[in-house]
Amino acid sequence: MSLTSSDIARIANLARLELQPDESERMLTQLNGFFGIVEAMRSVDTTGIQPLAHPVAAIQDIALRLRDDAVSEPDQRDANQRNAPAVERGLFLVPKVIE
Amino acid sequence: MTTPLSTRAPHDLSVQELVHALADKQISATELAQHFLDRSTAHADLGAYVDVQADTTLAQARAADARIGAGTAGPLEGLPLAHKDIFVTRDFATTAGSRMLKGYHSPFDATVVRKLADAGAVTIGKVNCDEFAMGSSNENTAIAPVGSETVQPVRNPWDTARIPGGSSGGSAAVVAARLAPAATGTDTGGSIRQPAAFCGITGIKPTYGRASRYGMVAFASSLDQAGPMARSAEDCALLLSAMCGPDPDRDSTSLDAPTENFSRKLNDSIEGLRIGVPKEFFGEGLSDDVRTAMDAALKQYEQLGAKLVPIALPRTELSIPVYYIIAPAEASSNLSRFDGVKFGHRAKDYGDLADMYKKTRAEGFGDEVKRRIMIGTYVLSHGYYDAYYLQAQKIRRMIADDFQNAFKECDVIAGPVAPTVAWKIGEKSDDPVANYLADIFTLSGSLAGLPGMSIPVGFAKAAADKGLPIGMQLLGNYLDEARLLNAAHRFQLATDYHLAKPAGF
Repeated sequence: MSLTSSDIARIANLARLELQPDESERMLTQLNGFFGIVEAMRSVDTTGIQPLAHPVAAIQDIALRLRDDAVSEPDQRDANQRNAPAVERGLFLVPKVIE
Repeated sequence: MTTPLSTRAPHDLSVQELVHALADKQISATELAQHFLDRSTAHADLGAYVDVQADTTLAQARAADARIGAGTAGPLEGLPLAHKDIFVTRDFATTAGSRMLKGYHSPFDATVVRKLADAGAVTIGKVNCDEFAMGSSNENTAIAPVGSETVQPVRNPWDTARIPGGSSGGSAAVVAARLAPAATGTDTGGSIRQPAAFCGITGIKPTYGRASRYGMVAFASSLDQAGPMARSAEDCALLLSAMCGPDPDRDSTSLDAPTENFSRKLNDSIEGLRIGVPKEFFGEGLSDDVRTAMDAALKQYEQLGAKLVPIALPRTELSIPVYYIIAPAEASSNLSRFDGVKFGHRAKDYGDLADMYKKTRAEGFGDEVKRRIMIGTYVLSHGYYDAYYLQAQKIRRMIADDFQNAFKECDVIAGPVAPTVAWKIGEKSDDPVANYLADIFTLSGSLAGLPGMSIPVGFAKAAADKGLPIGMQLLGNYLDEARLLNAAHRFQLATDYHLAKPAGF
């Protein structure tokens, strides 16, 4: 199986990445090179095997940890917004979304 | 009794020795901090430090001196440390090696940074790494080191034309060059073990979930794990004890395992220790120098009373595609937060919101990160999820089961960290797949979430690579870090590879 340039364009759109034409071309070659080493994995018989998400679940049950839905953090809006590219009156600015 | 400081420079002392010298007031934390700040300036051409704030460091050191004076010193009081620039820090910039985070200042400290500070450690500065910890050579950084305008990889102190390994290359280089007694690192697929091997130092990645991931810029959340890098196993044990412990409110995958003293078994005898030797780690592609050093190290272990047991890890080669599906999948999800809205880079010129996202991410991410986002997005996309991501997660369990089978016959597993010694800067930078293949021996342990370490076991003899350090990997079963460190320490009591120092430092 090989990816095509239209696959690259579709994936880049899903990933919200703008790729220049030469970049797309290089990406196509490199990704196809990469999926060459992935082929070996696809033929492995995994019938009946449960996927492993938390590695330590291989030996013991790992419960999904939940905490009470209570306010635990102080208001740090100013500190948090110090790194924002565009802020006005405590709000994050983005281009107009609704016409 | 002569104190070590009367005959040796402070940077030649181990963490253990420094902690004692500080507690005994043979040297003050402030003097020691200044000493390492001066060294990092004198060796700025190594390109390891990406942020140094001398005033902050000295203020931390003075506070440490005050606690030593008041008798309230912590176990690492006054010890200078470098932090990999993947841990967020309130008092230093955090870039994760990415243009995306250039100039970013976190409002809080990562749990690991805070725990080390609570134990008394003083931060010398932040050290470079591959962008978002994606890379094995440090060539993927987008951040210029302190004192330079040019973006460049950290140099390997043993040969400055070579890469230090990655992604924790800055951490390994400063420890080897003695610009810090120890450093923090993170390991997702080998990022502590491989640079430790390439720079001739000792590093340990604990069991997944031992150290909190809170405040570690996320790459692949089911694999990322923090650990210490220092010159010896004894030093690593001391640091690891301070770094680990449950963080239930801040890290949903942090283990419930209680805080441990990882130094407690260091001096135990290893008589009868069963060392598993996987034949898959000694196949084709292993360089002669690495093979010779492994054979000699295994022989040394036999002399120390250990028993070598042949074992099989049949899915070693498969761990490459499995890892390079799972890690990019998780990365593509984690890195979706970089959209130019709340923090980080934003493109200057754009049309609508979608255009802003796309241009911001195109400008902010480097090539390797883009490749992994593309791979991850693809394998998680509709119609491909089962064939790639789910299939990889299933083989991941088979790999973890292979290890459990192996640990029925042995206590620790030993083999090479990497097939070769450190390569030359630029040698593999155009070939991403070649870089992935070189990770073959570290990926399976990461996928299984096992603790693993690298210890120096020799130097290359081949003319082209002469004198470059070689590391041996030791893998342990879950939560068995103390035994791993014991095996490493006993080796280091009998050998002096970990004491060797690169020329010029």
